[in-house]
Amino acid sequence: MNKRIDNRMDRRMDRARAKPPASILRVCRSLLLCAGMVASASVFAKADLESQVQHVSEQLRCLVCQNQSIADSHAQLAQDLRREARQQLSTGRTEREVIDFMVQRYGDFVLYQPPFDPRTWLLWLGPFALLLAGLSALVVQSRKLEQSLEMENLAIAEES
Amino acid sequence: MTRYLWPLAGFAALLVFLAIGLRLKPQELPSALLNKPLPALRLSTVDSPEQYFDTRDMAGKVWVLNVWASWCGPCRAEHAVVQELAATRLATVVGLNYNDLRSDSQQWLREMGNPYLLSAFDGDGRAGIELGVYGVPETFVIDQQGRVRLKLTGALTHERLQSELLPALKALTHG
Repeated sequence: MNKRIDNRMDRRMDRARAKPPASILRVCRSLLLCAGMVASASVFAKADLESQVQHVSEQLRCLVCQNQSIADSHAQLAQDLRREARQQLSTGRTEREVIDFMVQRYGDFVLYQPPFDPRTWLLWLGPFALLLAGLSALVVQSRKLEQSLEMENLAIAEES
Repeated sequence: MTRYLWPLAGFAALLVFLAIGLRLKPQELPSALLNKPLPALRLSTVDSPEQYFDTRDMAGKVWVLNVWASWCGPCRAEHAVVQELAATRLATVVGLNYNDLRSDSQQWLREMGNPYLLSAFDGDGRAGIELGVYGVPETFVIDQQGRVRLKLTGALTHERLQSELLPALKALTHG
């Protein structure tokens, strides 16, 4: 009888020994969860950084090849500028700040899209101004033609 | 009669614009640094990783910064002109060795001759970015206040030396 109780006690002890206390399990589980979150956060941060680098690179002209952005170019300078952009973005600079940094050093020409300011108004608006001038010239001419045709018609009518 | 002359005049104007366009050199961009202070740079030299050059050490002098690289063909072509410039003793000529290997650069200087007071070593091109360098060779003229007064892109030639560089240096040293 006593022996059976002992046995049962032993078995209970064994089971307790085999299964780690719940508190340790909980700590382990939360540690794992944390590690997972940190890992995925860094993966997301990396993907985010790369998309920022890409976005900035697409807006900057490669000054060696001139008709390519630094995102498209394999020139050494483009690689160096991408590296510089990546490095600055990773230290928490905004895309705007990185672009301003490049403009300060390379001038407006480094921007793939020229800024709209007094120096570039002619560039931006010139084509539309020319189009308007052409259209109004056309309208004026056709009115003149119409009038002279009417006059001719009148003259012909009077003659007959 | 004038109504037939207008299109002709327009066409002539277009021709003038196209002719101007043909003469433009889009490869030669004005420096964003023109008339602005040269960024302060502290770099080791081509001679030795332990020896340093600081652009601020040049304060009070008119000097020329010539950006070169051992892999750059036009630099080889302009080297005789850089030597000619240094020989005039109008200004100190400092080199900036851009995106290069120290061993290659040292070899290049031994082979070609060394007109530079020293050449600062910019192995990864970061100093080049600070200066807005987009192609070598490039040549900066810096005044006593440390401002960039002239920048020439592309290889120097004897003509450019005589017509652009030397007059600028003379004006700065005597003015």
